[in-house]
Amino acid sequence: MHVPDGFFDAPVSAAAGVAAAGAVALSLRGARRELSGGGGAAEPSSAVGGERTAPLAGLVAAFIFAVQMLNFPVAAGTSGHLLGGALAAILVGPFTGVLCVSVVLLMQGLLFADGGLTALGVNIVLMGVVTVVVAYGLLRGLLRVLPRSRGSVTAASFVAALVSVPASAIAFTGLYALGGTADVSLGKVFAAMASVHVLIGIGEAVITAATVGAVISVRPDLVHGARELASGPLKLRTVEVATPGGGAAGTAGGPAPAAATAESAAPAAAPAPAAPRSNRRMWLGGLLATVLCAGVVSFYASASPDGLEKVAADNGIDEKARDHDAAGSPLADYGFADIADARLSGGLAGTIGVGVTLAVGSGVFVAVRRRQPEDAPSGADTGGTTAGTARTGT
Amino acid sequence: MSTRHAGHAHKLYLHTHSPVHALPAHCKLAAVFAFVLLVVATPREAVWAFGLYALLLAAVAAAARVPYGHLLKRMLIEVPFVGFAVLMPFVAEGPYTELGGVPGLSGVSLSVSGLWSAWNILAKGTLGVAASVLLASTTELRELLLGLQKLRLPPLLVQIASFMVRYGDVIADEMRRMRVARLSRGFRATGVRQWGVLAKSAGALFIRSYERGERVHLAMVSRGYTGTMPVLDEAAATRAQWGGAAALPLAALAVCLLGWAL
Repeated sequence: MHVPDGFFDAPVSAAAGVAAAGAVALSLRGARRELSGGGGAAEPSSAVGGERTAPLAGLVAAFIFAVQMLNFPVAAGTSGHLLGGALAAILVGPFTGVLCVSVVLLMQGLLFADGGLTALGVNIVLMGVVTVVVAYGLLRGLLRVLPRSRGSVTAASFVAALVSVPASAIAFTGLYALGGTADVSLGKVFAAMASVHVLIGIGEAVITAATVGAVISVRPDLVHGARELASGPLKLRTVEVATPGGGAAGTAGGPAPAAATAESAAPAAAPAPAAPRSNRRMWLGGLLATVLCAGVVSFYASASPDGLEKVAADNGIDEKARDHDAAGSPLADYGFADIADARLSGGLAGTIGVGVTLAVGSGVFVAVRRRQPEDAPSGADTGGTTAGTARTGT
Repeated sequence: MSTRHAGHAHKLYLHTHSPVHALPAHCKLAAVFAFVLLVVATPREAVWAFGLYALLLAAVAAAARVPYGHLLKRMLIEVPFVGFAVLMPFVAEGPYTELGGVPGLSGVSLSVSGLWSAWNILAKGTLGVAASVLLASTTELRELLLGLQKLRLPPLLVQIASFMVRYGDVIADEMRRMRVARLSRGFRATGVRQWGVLAKSAGALFIRSYERGERVHLAMVSRGYTGTMPVLDEAAATRAQWGGAAALPLAALAVCLLGWAL
């Protein structure tokens, strides 16, 4: 959601504006470097880089703008869309990512009046800088630990996107603590923002991981976050058609039909074991991320009612405040009213939070995973499409 | 490149001739920005000040020959946020007030400071949106981008923005074609299970966008592009034009100072 005018007071808006300007200036320099050689694996020309930046970053920004309009249905009637910060960071790198998201926000503010003009700095800091930096940092850190494979890139992008959205919400709470104009207690803002954004983050993570997976299976050289995986230039891989006369195209000598079939069987067999393995890895990584994230968030969430209760008790508005917690937003309070010990109730709420988050996460994964067997034949289909794309592309 | 044609493409622009349309874009940008900044800096207790701000904007809309219906319709983008503001009195801290006078709502109590916060966000947000809509309704896209450049936004950033708006429709059309292709193959997105296909579409869209960027870059380089765009219409604003644009923020400044003084 774009922050409008008047939500933050003038000093915080101005400070965020300065920070955003600095970040954009920095990424203008960085993006020049990222876009100069990153994509051009097949392009040996010594690109100066400067003149590549504008068209490429502009088109990536247009992509982010467009992909935010792609609806992902959740359940009957409701649907969500991608926020795109983490995706941009993974696909084109942190500097270009910040730049593109900032340009999208600027244009949305100027052309569609979406997001306040004085809140532009806040919006850029929250949705551009925080999301991109967290996502990219996590991705690179995880890739250093995980084995070098495409599956681990997908898993790492899942975690990166999953954490980046609540991180943005946490940054929002931080800014709110400094200069929010509304008089809502920090604990409530934090709990509401974090809980909603963990859910949003799960959706974002699933979509981002799937999108990165789709790109990496076609043009691994275009995934900036995993560019060391695509070491060589692009190779044309064709599965030979099993003709009765034997392999004509690939094998030069064409010694025996048996060898040809073996060779044609090898590429056909190779993707088959790869798919479940990457699947399992993605599944495990996702589960791990869910547990981790739920644990961290519920820790904070279980800590915040203590502060809230303390403030309420100090002001002598205890019962009223608690009344309104329950009435106002069911997600806002993570404590159990019946249990006297605050820590115990917080811990219990945390545990239940972990369980619920796990259940939701697993549910999403089961749903995604159940699709996989159906998807297996369509993998070849994607290959066909991508070959077409590559042809039109070059 | 048909910049003139592309300039008319954006949704909010309203093509008429008026003194406000004729002002240079960078004057208008600076004026709107100063106005919104002053609105945000006004204390929320000065309720009448926000009424005056609204009157100022209404005067600008009249001068720009922007129908109020157009203005109000375009301000609907704010609606999700209004819901958030309405929630505010129920969750905010501080002393609560009973809604005794209103029949049927006597049991409901609202936070006083929450009401103030809701008013604050609603008033300032609405005025900000109205000012932005007025700016977008009276300024062409191309002029807006050139105006940003004149306001010392880095040229590279302006170029990226102009590439984005120029190719935004192209990429959106690409996405629409992919959607038609999915639909004509019997695909219906009903739930989470279809996300895999949709994400593959998004991935394909990224690859196509990036490759289009590479092609555009090569095409431009082969036509002599070296990283900067020539500025064709170098028209500096006259003193009178600056004066005309400054009328809005100056009036707003007076209102803001009054709001703090009273």
